[in-house]
Amino acid sequence: MFWIDNAWLIPIFPAIAFVLIIFVTKKVKMLSALTALAAMATSMMFSIGILFTILGSHGEINMNAPIEYSVPWLTIPGVHITAGVLIDPLTAVMLCVVTIVAFLVQLYSVGYMADDPGFSRFFAYLSLFTFSMLGLVVANNYFQMFFFWELVGLCSYLLIGFYFYKNSAADANKKAFVTNRVADFGFMIGIFFLWLVFGTFNFQELAHAIEGYGNVGFLTLVAVLVFIGPVGKSAQFPLHVWLPDAMEGPTPVSALIHAATMVAAGVYLLARGFVLFNAAPSALLLIAYIGGFTSIFAASIAIVQDDIKRILAFSTLSQLGYMVMAMGVGSITAGMFHLTTHAFFKALLFLGAGSAIHAVHSNSIFDMGGLYKNMKTTTWTFVIGSLALAGIFPLAGFWSKDEILLVTKEGGFTGLYIIGTIVAFLTAFYMFRLIFTAFFGEKRSDHHAHESPWTMTVPLMVLAVFAIFIGFVGAPFVEHGFASLIYFGEPHHATPDYFLMISSTLIALAGIVLAWYMYGKKAVDTEALKQRFLPIWTLLYNKYYIDEVYQWFFDKIVLNIGNAFNWTDRKVVDGIADGFSDLIRATGARLRFVQTGSMQTYALVLFAAVVLIVLWMAVPVLGGM
Amino acid sequence: MTFPIMTTIVLAPIIGALIIMFIPEKEDQIIKITAAAATFVSLVLAIFAFLNYDTKVGGLQFLQDIPWVEAFGITYSVGVDGISLPLVLLTAIVIFTGVFASWDMHNRVKEFFITLLVLVAGVFGVFVSRDLFFFYLFFEVAVIPMYLLIAIWGSTRKEYSAMKLTLYLLVGSAFALIGIIAMFLYAAQPEHLGIRTFDIAQLSLVNYDIAFQKFIFFLFMVGFGFLVPMWPLHTWSPDGHVAAPTATSMLHAGVLMKLGGYGLIRAGIFIFPEGAKFWAPLIAVLCIVNVVYGAMVAMRQKDLKFVIGYSSVSHMGYVLLGIASLNTLSINGAVAQMFAHGIMTALFFSLVGNIYHKAHTRTISEFGGLAHQMPRVAAGFVIAGLASLGLPGLNNFVAEFLIFVGSFSVDKVLFGWLHFRVLSILAILGVVITAVYVLRVVQFTFFGPRNPKWDHLEDAKGIELVPVVILIATLLLFGLFPQPLIGMINTGVVPLVEKINAAAQVGGIF
Repeated sequence: MFWIDNAWLIPIFPAIAFVLIIFVTKKVKMLSALTALAAMATSMMFSIGILFTILGSHGEINMNAPIEYSVPWLTIPGVHITAGVLIDPLTAVMLCVVTIVAFLVQLYSVGYMADDPGFSRFFAYLSLFTFSMLGLVVANNYFQMFFFWELVGLCSYLLIGFYFYKNSAADANKKAFVTNRVADFGFMIGIFFLWLVFGTFNFQELAHAIEGYGNVGFLTLVAVLVFIGPVGKSAQFPLHVWLPDAMEGPTPVSALIHAATMVAAGVYLLARGFVLFNAAPSALLLIAYIGGFTSIFAASIAIVQDDIKRILAFSTLSQLGYMVMAMGVGSITAGMFHLTTHAFFKALLFLGAGSAIHAVHSNSIFDMGGLYKNMKTTTWTFVIGSLALAGIFPLAGFWSKDEILLVTKEGGFTGLYIIGTIVAFLTAFYMFRLIFTAFFGEKRSDHHAHESPWTMTVPLMVLAVFAIFIGFVGAPFVEHGFASLIYFGEPHHATPDYFLMISSTLIALAGIVLAWYMYGKKAVDTEALKQRFLPIWTLLYNKYYIDEVYQWFFDKIVLNIGNAFNWTDRKVVDGIADGFSDLIRATGARLRFVQTGSMQTYALVLFAAVVLIVLWMAVPVLGGM
Repeated sequence: MTFPIMTTIVLAPIIGALIIMFIPEKEDQIIKITAAAATFVSLVLAIFAFLNYDTKVGGLQFLQDIPWVEAFGITYSVGVDGISLPLVLLTAIVIFTGVFASWDMHNRVKEFFITLLVLVAGVFGVFVSRDLFFFYLFFEVAVIPMYLLIAIWGSTRKEYSAMKLTLYLLVGSAFALIGIIAMFLYAAQPEHLGIRTFDIAQLSLVNYDIAFQKFIFFLFMVGFGFLVPMWPLHTWSPDGHVAAPTATSMLHAGVLMKLGGYGLIRAGIFIFPEGAKFWAPLIAVLCIVNVVYGAMVAMRQKDLKFVIGYSSVSHMGYVLLGIASLNTLSINGAVAQMFAHGIMTALFFSLVGNIYHKAHTRTISEFGGLAHQMPRVAAGFVIAGLASLGLPGLNNFVAEFLIFVGSFSVDKVLFGWLHFRVLSILAILGVVITAVYVLRVVQFTFFGPRNPKWDHLEDAKGIELVPVVILIATLLLFGLFPQPLIGMINTGVVPLVEKINAAAQVGGIF
């Protein structure tokens, strides 16, 4: 129990590293990196310790019987907020995913960022991020979740804008923050409603309260509001626009934050608060379809992009859509399983992409080509990652993707099942389009590609091992696997569906073969194809113009409302006040002449007044008017 | 006799000002050190009081009474409770850091610091007074130096702004004065208290009839509304912010505006709970205009100080929302927001002052990439911006959260169709708009490619960092550990809310 009792320290270590780097080691680059890595390694050790404690507890610590402790953070009459730790298998898995990927990404960054003047700043931000992310993962209540939810958003902002001197980066981080703010607006109102009705933010207490609560309409409203949070954080349609732009950040950041961990926080929230969503079936249905739509929508964009990081970004959107869809059809087992495997192979792919970019100094896959000759490790680990993502037996993605397809099929969501299958085809296609273009074929630009240093290749190899083997923890034939750890209500052991396994593998292979046929063998003139379907190609290439619509809305609507208000403030509100003061001044200026000091004028006014008064008083007497 | 700690807090700046009078004009270093020392005394005592206030007992503490004009029941009586003590601490922090932010002042240094210290003595006086006569007197003491500070040491249309600010504040205080005198006369009638007194506690015991309450609260709402400032009485404030020299902006936005919120709570709600209930819906609607409209206008400003000026209008709307919601959480939030906003906006102004002093411009479009030349200023500005948009971990989040939760739990329908919760949702929307304008300013000022035009700018260093560090530390301290601050505020809010709940419901305006 040592590990669990001290679980609260897991976020604290990187927090300490952050403070140390900012105030002490900032000038000494390697010391900063070592501090961050040491903190991360310690957190990783604690996380693995917790996972093994739970595995060793023989089911005593399970999803329905977690361990929880907390300290008061703010207590006044009417509101009691705690800072706490909730340990169950869900937390443990997520802790391990975050700390392991974060550790490897930090190690990789030592090489990748070696020449960057902001080296220490980078490690400080990464430490701040892991602190926030781990704080979010261990949270035992919605308030704490929201607190760290915002902090990871801040870190994302800081890291996307790491190259703040690039205008594109400064645009991208603002976009990311504001989009997430819009989402958190809904999330926050959802939390307020929960608090209003149930009087608590605590997950466990809420779970009990919701079970006995009958007003489904209210729960649906709240569930949808809370879900808006994940729509932003996990970049689901229609708030997905920030994630592709977030690729402006350094590549390790894209790997850690914008692929493996932070963007998965939305999915994690869905799992953590699943009682709420489960109690609102129509909200759950909405979640399923939003996820399904995002997965196919993003995959269709990915097939025409030429920036290697953007292809991966749209792939991330698509895979997050998968996870959200799995949650929506009611299987947190499948959703979390895919989150876990995806974290490893997607981090691998991003780091591999970083290695390639590092060598070629360009993001475009059409500037690369033939990288395999000089970059063996990068190429082969990238291929492993892609096979895992495409879901080829027996790599990680195969097991988790199949489980998602299985739950949609078993749940009777035929539409979603078909979408999921098409996405599997598209995924395989765009990944191997990328591989055949960038890593194989002939050299297309004047680059001098060379293999990266060991700090970069070792994480690639470790992640490749994970990408191959991590899927077995959830394979249907494994007893006491993933499904017996993470479930809602009762564990649901999937029985192997061989038809599904074989068909999805064949579909993925078909995608790969088609990609090879078009981009490897070049049997099809892709340029002619593009010209033939130019309208569609343009639509896809421009991401269905959604960014433009939002930009138009902001430029034309929001800013003009601002202008109108500004004008009102200056001309109307202030105008009235200034007018009033002018009136007083003008009156004063006129009245000044009254006090002329001339006796005759005074006498005249006096006489006129008397006449007027007499007349006025005389009116009733005279009976006039 | 115990040590008169509150009186000393008020007197320390005045004594400092008196000492500075005898220092030759050319010894400006000594003048600055004296000012720093005087405000340091206030700061240390304020911290001491903050730490030694007994939250278990609550109520007014650190009392002192000296009868003054007994025939009219005017007593110099001071003391603080959970609502005023944080504001005293706020004032002490802001003026202490403000003195350091004025370290580069070279024009009429002696007069500047004398005026500044008199101003702050007035502000301290308002917060510690338990007697409405002195409350009013101290307020006037604070307004006049403000005029001088802006008109003499200001920039950008300084005469216009100084006059505008002074007139608005005086008109506001005239409304309040009428209210105070009417209340004094009412209470002095034999069927009520039968004695002449300005003591707030005694005045609050009177059973004012409803019509009278409605009338006086209206006067207070308008009078203190000018100060807060409540829409549409706000236009003096951005102009004043922009024209004022750095330390004055800090005090003005940081503290002076809080006198309005404080007055509304102390003299308004506490004495006239029924009146407050009657007018609360109107305040609630106007404050949403503050929040949303202020933020939208801030988005379109071209001058850094105007952005912050309008952001203050927007943020003070949250204070009003907290007040208008009339429950424990919301009023706790309102007071906390006054504290947090004071610190945050002082930080903003000290940083903008730093930039302006070196670049001689505040026009946002002329900047860009300033983070290259001034990384520390940029970092400070980003932190202030994050506080402003309500990021968890900084003090403002706690305050806004309490206001939102408090206002969200008001289950009332205004005017027969407008649910109160709609207003709180609009207020929460304000946070989104805030994020937009804050991040735009940060981007356009600090991010982007290096601009060689500003290569001569030096980053903040040495003494210039004192305010930045103290203010950020305060935001972080109460953002990460809010209990000491909120717990204290709560001791002051609980009796207030008991009074509100005991008061008859009067249906509300309209």
